[in-house]
Amino acid sequence: MSSLVRLSRRRFLELTGIASGGLLLGAMLPAGAHGMDVLAAPSGVRLNLFVSLREDGAVEIIAHRSEMGTGIRTGLPQVVADEMEADWDRVQVIQGLGNAAYGSQNTDGSRSIRNFYTAMRQMGAAARHMLEAAAAESWGVPIDECRAANHAVHHSDGRSLGFGELATAAARQPLPESDSLRLKNREDFKYIGRGLPIVDLHDMTTGNTTYGIDVHFPDMVYASIERTPFLGGRIASYDAAAARKVKGVLDVVELKAPEGPAAFNNIEGLAVIASNTWSAIKARQRLTVKWQPSEHSEHSADTYLDELQKKVAGGPGEVARERGDVDAAFTAASQLVEASYRTPYLSHAPMEPPMTVAKVSSKRCEIWACTQNPQATQAAVASAMGLEDEAVTVHVTLLGGGFGRKSKPDYSVEAARLAAHVGKPVQVAWTREDDIRHDYFHSCSAQYYRAALDDQGTVTAWLARQATPPIGATFDPAVTLMDDGALSQTFGSVPFATPNLRIERHEAKAHVRIGWMRSVYNIPFAFGVGSFVDELAHAAGMDPAQFWEQMIGEDRHLDFAPEGFEFSNYGRSIEEYPYDTARMKGVLRKLVATIPWGEQVPEGQGWGLAVSRSFLSYVAVASKVKVQGDKLQVLEMHGVIDAGTIVNPDRVHAQLEGGMIFGLSAALSGEITFEGGEAQQSNFHDYPVARMHQTPRVIKTHIMPSDALPAGVGEPGVPPTAPSITNAVFRATGKRIRELPLSRHFEV
Amino acid sequence: MKIKVNGQAHEVDAEPDTPLLWVLRDLLGLRGTKFGCGRSLCGACTVHLNGTATRSCQLPLSAAAEGDITTIEGLSTDGSHPVQQAWRKHNVPQCGYCQSGQIMSASALLASNARPSDDEIDAAMSGNICRCGTYPRIRAAIHDAAAAGGES
Repeated sequence: MSSLVRLSRRRFLELTGIASGGLLLGAMLPAGAHGMDVLAAPSGVRLNLFVSLREDGAVEIIAHRSEMGTGIRTGLPQVVADEMEADWDRVQVIQGLGNAAYGSQNTDGSRSIRNFYTAMRQMGAAARHMLEAAAAESWGVPIDECRAANHAVHHSDGRSLGFGELATAAARQPLPESDSLRLKNREDFKYIGRGLPIVDLHDMTTGNTTYGIDVHFPDMVYASIERTPFLGGRIASYDAAAARKVKGVLDVVELKAPEGPAAFNNIEGLAVIASNTWSAIKARQRLTVKWQPSEHSEHSADTYLDELQKKVAGGPGEVARERGDVDAAFTAASQLVEASYRTPYLSHAPMEPPMTVAKVSSKRCEIWACTQNPQATQAAVASAMGLEDEAVTVHVTLLGGGFGRKSKPDYSVEAARLAAHVGKPVQVAWTREDDIRHDYFHSCSAQYYRAALDDQGTVTAWLARQATPPIGATFDPAVTLMDDGALSQTFGSVPFATPNLRIERHEAKAHVRIGWMRSVYNIPFAFGVGSFVDELAHAAGMDPAQFWEQMIGEDRHLDFAPEGFEFSNYGRSIEEYPYDTARMKGVLRKLVATIPWGEQVPEGQGWGLAVSRSFLSYVAVASKVKVQGDKLQVLEMHGVIDAGTIVNPDRVHAQLEGGMIFGLSAALSGEITFEGGEAQQSNFHDYPVARMHQTPRVIKTHIMPSDALPAGVGEPGVPPTAPSITNAVFRATGKRIRELPLSRHFEV
Repeated sequence: MKIKVNGQAHEVDAEPDTPLLWVLRDLLGLRGTKFGCGRSLCGACTVHLNGTATRSCQLPLSAAAEGDITTIEGLSTDGSHPVQQAWRKHNVPQCGYCQSGQIMSASALLASNARPSDDEIDAAMSGNICRCGTYPRIRAAIHDAAAAGGES
């Protein structure tokens, strides 16, 4: 029982991102097979862009998205294998090179499954079809008498041929038209919906993996770079004499930054090249560099946030979304509530700092990098080196965490430029200090909210203003306003049914490199919105969970257009992925039913919750905290996610657990400050991230069963976590936290 | 200088102040031990020195040369150490980068304390950061490995 999926060829191509000609045999992949395990090239005959088959029956499936911990090297291949009827134990996952033929490889935005689920099913189904056609040809029977199952094609009379035996003949079959592909019915899935262990599990527990830092060539040299401490700094002068005396040092090289915005360019710096990592790091500490000041070298985070906060509380900004008349409602209100919130800059701090090895010849460049975005790496390196994109080969290693940092290929540009200078393969090894001081920082934010309540405690007006230096400034410093796309992340897209609503934006100039970090603007905005709803619940004298439901209102699909707001919906159409208030309330209700919400707790303890929609998924999180004196401890965290169709439930649980802990980490102690334009933190002693003892011993996650289209999983666990904790702190202590992190208020 | 790693003696050409981490990685090609902070703050570089969990990023070669060093590659030949097995049973790793260090800390803990309490796990494991947030599964895997060890 299979259903026939009818897609126009054009649509099929859009989905797969293949530039020409439908499913393609061999020719699409660039040359450049290398012997490293994790970077092996397929050795079988190619059935399509993603699937190759060896005569021994091994199925090689390309993983074209980067593995940074989400399990995507397992998730998408398990979709292919399921549709193909391949035996998972005989599947070998091969990491794809950077190549536009695969479609987008930019592994961020929680979109690998939702953007490639259907395409991977089609790749598997196409391979299955070709195997069935090969068997039919071999037996001289009609194809509809042949059926692939369990790694073989079976005839209705009982004959069968294994996939390996059919490999060569299958590869000669014409590519099926996309509208002739039969996709499996849901009830026939073998692997989709199953929590298969990740393909790298054994290697990850035996130290046998290859991350960016592990790439090694016998003639490779190592670089450590002293970079400008503030945005836009230039080398004024330097003294490298002491550095050059360190044993193992080969050279000291000026690495100029190009004119213009930071974008994906290298930061200006002075590189020490040495025969081993330690010599490079040690020698670098002996450099003396004087920097020319820039327009950002006076930036102070505290002063700037004070300024932004004054601005948002002080007066109206540009209107992004409007419904009714908030001003009239404020005048008529029986109760007015207002509050200001602020959130600090953050650094991604993946456990593996950015790492790249580059090899450069006169006409080509080869990169091995822990990158979330191999095609952007290819383009940035090509541009910096004056090469065509095709002359740059990008190998993607495993990533020791990414969180958005490794979408930006500045570190690969550094390696390529240094390799061209040195004439040998160069590894640019970022230290932790480099990583934290020279990040593409998660932006700081100042927010102001005002609401009117009537005498029933119903909210009649919602006004929200923010000032947040936008990511766009990293690419064009003239950008100072958050556009509707940016405000679509929680702040502008609040689902509240209140009759009067206005969302405003104020300008905020960027003074550091701003970048996207796991769940991006949803971090500050879910904190502001999630906190203010809780404040209003308190003002109304209502239970926060019931109050959230009342604020969200009746079941409906939201339409933002009449209110003048261009809701970006994470790049998907609102028809395909509606903003569905029933699903939002659904996760909230499930959460409340799962926990002892409303229980009597000892003094100094309390529960808090928040709900959000991000990356097309709905997540509700509740936290239980204990406050004793100045000491804050989070005792429990519970999360419920509705992410539509799930491929690998174990990894969805893991991402929700990890997302909540990432949110906990930021809420507890995440803060980068700047003085004189320089990040004041440098390593895990002054930029603490959550450790085992700070993580609640009770962490429970629940996935809502759903056959809706797949939605995001990697990021949505983060946004509601911080407000769930601060709301719990309020219940425990009566103290309202309006400024993160919590370490400013408590011992954590 | 001479150094003994995973039961094998090596002669290495490095300055005595070179941290063991870089000797292992750059000179001996044992890259399962990871760099995370360079200041003994994160535990990614954890190895055993005479059986004790030790941060190799700040252990000078001169000090390491005195003792027996075990790295993740030497914990077992085939990934069969009870801690490694428990890690797989609980699907602990996400990105996996910190897990060599986590496993080395956990195995040292269990070698000295067969049945650690949650507080003891906190104390032994809080030096190892996992930015992906695998802590709940690490805790569960340690309890599991402890139980398995008790039965064998």
